[in-house]
Amino acid sequence: MKLIISGEIKTYEDGITISQLIKEEKVETPDYVTVSVNTEFPDREAYETTVLNEGDQVEFLYFMGGGAYGAFQ
Amino acid sequence: MALSNEQIERYSRHLILKGVGVSGQKKLLAGKVLVIGAGGLGAPALMYLAAAGVGTIGIADADVVDRSNLQRQIIHSTPDIGKKKVDSARETIEALNPDVKVITYPDYVKADNILDLIKDYDFILDGTDNFPAKFLINDACVIAKKPFCHAGIIRFSGQLMTYVPGEGPCYRCIFKDMPPKDAVPTCKEAGVIGAVAGVIGSLQAMEAVKYLLGTGELLTGKLLTYDALVSKFNRITLPSHVSNCAVCGDHPTIPKPIDYEQPACDLRKGV
Repeated sequence: MKLIISGEIKTYEDGITISQLIKEEKVETPDYVTVSVNTEFPDREAYETTVLNEGDQVEFLYFMGGGAYGAFQ
Repeated sequence: MALSNEQIERYSRHLILKGVGVSGQKKLLAGKVLVIGAGGLGAPALMYLAAAGVGTIGIADADVVDRSNLQRQIIHSTPDIGKKKVDSARETIEALNPDVKVITYPDYVKADNILDLIKDYDFILDGTDNFPAKFLINDACVIAKKPFCHAGIIRFSGQLMTYVPGEGPCYRCIFKDMPPKDAVPTCKEAGVIGAVAGVIGSLQAMEAVKYLLGTGELLTGKLLTYDALVSKFNRITLPSHVSNCAVCGDHPTIPKPIDYEQPACDLRKGV
């Protein structure tokens, strides 16, 4: 089965779930990544049971800090 | 008001540019932008906003310039070490462009002052490094119906998105809630390349300029990510509406800004 991950076509086993994809892609912060599937955000609680389908477009959205610390304490 | 001869010379590359011109330059001169955080992101953003002739620029930051800031925070220089960042930034801007009125807020941005801070501005840039601040700015801007541009940077990567009231998702639509302390890496722990701050901070300035001009497409409903190592930009389309968002969804549960007690970094310096 082919999925489009961040614009790149990659092949996975049929029936892969979002949680399994997070593992296979070695996402650095697996518990805090937001996954977009075809421009929608499936519920985080359902990542283990949400099965991906042929041609799904998947994006990983990460927390990013950076900038200045002093504006907030 | 007509442009002075000096202004016609200073902004000549804008004046000949289709999409700006005299009317656009006047919009910039009448524009008011608040930059929260005069650090890695705020430094380049402030300089381009000032050079462009954005007439009123607010700068909020309670920190002082540290030597470790100078690897990327290009609005500050070696003689500024120990100075308040807002004062150092103000001096650089005033030397660059006397048209700009600079208003400084050498205070921490908190739930009890943020609404007052943002109320007089047309557009807000989030140049902070930590998640309590990012959620606070997002929630306040959603509640006060202010457009703003979020950005983050780490290592060789960065990202940004723009929120405009009524036009697409907010930061909380994507990230829901604060990550626990130390759950995600920060620049302090993981480092960051200075030029990535330059790229992303400049893109934030570009969003503010486009908003003031009313031209082009903003990054509303999009998250633009940048991976410097492979020279790749990715413009991720976001859901147009997240109905269960706690601040901008159908049944919001956050009626006012929140102070999260836990800062993202233990140490202040070097971020």
